[in-house]
Amino acid sequence: MLRTTLVCAALFPIFAPAEAATLFVSNEKDNTVTVIDGESLKVIKTIATGARPRGMILTPDNKKLIVCAGDDNRLDIIDTTTLEVERSLDSGPDPELLDIDSKGDRIYVANEDDGMVTVLQFADGKVLAEIPVGVEPEGMAVSPDDRITVATSEQTSMAHIIDNATLKVVANVLVDVRPRVAEFTKDGSVVWVSAEIGGTVSVIDAKSYKTVKKFGFEIPGVRPEVIQPMGIRFSNDGKLAFIALSTANRVAVVDTATYEVKDYILVGQRPWHLTMNEQGTKLYVVNGLTNDMTVVDVASLKPETSVPVGRLPWGVMVKP
Amino acid sequence: MDPVEIKVEARMHYLSKLYKEPPPLSLLDKILTDEGVQGARVAIKENNMTGRLIGHRHELVEHRIPENADVVAKAKEIAAGGADLIILDLELTDLLAVADLPEMADKVLLNIRLSDDDLRMEQCRQNLFHLPPSWAMRADALAQYLVWKKWTNWFLIAGKGTKDQQYAAAIKRSATKFGAKIVEEKEYKYEAGSRRVDSGHQQIQTQMPLLTQTRADYDVIFAADAEEAFGDYLMYRTFIPRPVVGSQGLVAVGWHRSFEQYAGTQMQNRFERAANRAMTERDYYGWLAVRVFGEAVLRTNASDAKTLKAYLLSKEFGVAGFKGQGLTFRAWDQQMRQPILISGPRALVSISPQEGFLHKYFTTDTMGFDKPETKCRFVRN
Repeated sequence: MLRTTLVCAALFPIFAPAEAATLFVSNEKDNTVTVIDGESLKVIKTIATGARPRGMILTPDNKKLIVCAGDDNRLDIIDTTTLEVERSLDSGPDPELLDIDSKGDRIYVANEDDGMVTVLQFADGKVLAEIPVGVEPEGMAVSPDDRITVATSEQTSMAHIIDNATLKVVANVLVDVRPRVAEFTKDGSVVWVSAEIGGTVSVIDAKSYKTVKKFGFEIPGVRPEVIQPMGIRFSNDGKLAFIALSTANRVAVVDTATYEVKDYILVGQRPWHLTMNEQGTKLYVVNGLTNDMTVVDVASLKPETSVPVGRLPWGVMVKP
Repeated sequence: MDPVEIKVEARMHYLSKLYKEPPPLSLLDKILTDEGVQGARVAIKENNMTGRLIGHRHELVEHRIPENADVVAKAKEIAAGGADLIILDLELTDLLAVADLPEMADKVLLNIRLSDDDLRMEQCRQNLFHLPPSWAMRADALAQYLVWKKWTNWFLIAGKGTKDQQYAAAIKRSATKFGAKIVEEKEYKYEAGSRRVDSGHQQIQTQMPLLTQTRADYDVIFAADAEEAFGDYLMYRTFIPRPVVGSQGLVAVGWHRSFEQYAGTQMQNRFERAANRAMTERDYYGWLAVRVFGEAVLRTNASDAKTLKAYLLSKEFGVAGFKGQGLTFRAWDQQMRQPILISGPRALVSISPQEGFLHKYFTTDTMGFDKPETKCRFVRN
């Protein structure tokens, strides 16, 4: 292992300029994170992680990347400058997705196998709370004002609202079958929750915890049961939402004011999670079944190129 | 959150007989006496994990009676107690005796055990829903894969048991449906016996090449040995080197220990923690039956048979069962639509329907008896 690392370092010396963005892709089947230069789209490094890396989050200062290693029941902390795993935290069983508060103090982890949300102190890994939620928790989102956290549970079909002050569940909102991802709008007024099997997205008010809108997708020539909404990302101006549709092999572009679908962007197979660069000009979509990442130009809504990554790419993060 | 006031109570009954079943041929498979119900037990906990958050309480009531006990009397007793939702883990005669009781006419019964095509055709019942794939669905699932592989010359070897013969009939139908050819057909005449062979491998080693010697060449042996008399003995002993598919070898099943996709891993782990063994196909359908009721109760806020039956047959219903799509019921025979796993003994090989087998509405309806072919005519009361 050490030898591989040395060889990689020798072949790809790291002298990226400070302003260049760096992309991180977790490869569920390879037990690695692929590091890609945002300019050249070349792979800079492949970092070995714990087993089954899926959800990832950057700390607010962008210095560390936290990776859920589900089968090793831990979080690996990668230093985003040295690109080494510098330490690991005990996360509780089977971590799948996570989020971090805006101060970078607390991490909220979904323990998929265990029906729990574990709240950890980032500095020392101290467990602050283990909060029982529904069966197979997955999606995690801390509100922009750090007031609440939303956890989704796949088998229970609910969004659980956790009060971050008391670390107690204050509301359970029923959504459609198999909710996967929760994402707050930039202003934090609502949270969008995708339901993979239900084929819909629910928009939940962040104060009243009521569902204010639910919408689905229709694509001519595509059977409804393969349209499975997954990852969600909002444009920088908040006017558009990009929703990965998994087995429909497309990303839906939704007008956030009218909830109308403006376009479907054809990407690789099983687009899963997606993210955007800091300027909001490029969308990066990882495709689980084709082992690649599609780069989409946000202005034209056209896919530009595809970058090969590891096997079963799952999550993607951009360090500005 | 403070405890929520209970507004809906759902009681699900699990009715089974402890039949003496043919032991699995392989010593790697344990002889089990709690298949099915273990899955239901895991699912009831899941229903309650959800239910406690919104004021629903789910209860599983187990009625597991000896093989020689009177199942009709037991069923009447359950009905008299006000049961509406009943899971049936019963063989054919018992299943029909229960389903045909006047007391059961307006209940919802879920069959988790039998693959009989008749039950989905002439012998269908308006109060009976079927969760496991029928023999026709299993044969079609394998046939699609074999056609995709261009392995279309089949040598069919069937056991003499009732289930063996049912599966064999379905395999012949699949061959016609998908343009494959049964180049030779034989019956394996011995009864399923003891699975212990001790020094008996020599006998099997000489017997199987004889059984598999044919005039015509074949691409695969299609074994119809649902009652476990010889299927596992075929592998590596055939007259010419050919793979074995069907009831052993490459199988078409709803669940398999090697399956991990679509959060299947979480299910395997949850089950093994609870039952201290691997989840079998019947365990999976026991789990799924309780989840079918659970999903319907969750969405309707009701637990009576009339409301739930209407919901199960509506467009709104879809339950998640680790197959990457919502599982629904076919209105014409109340069979659950589902992708089917194509698995080898130690690893998943594929999932059917295969790419390219098209259907106007659901590609999963390319497996089994589609609406135009159905001979099911529900007698509504």
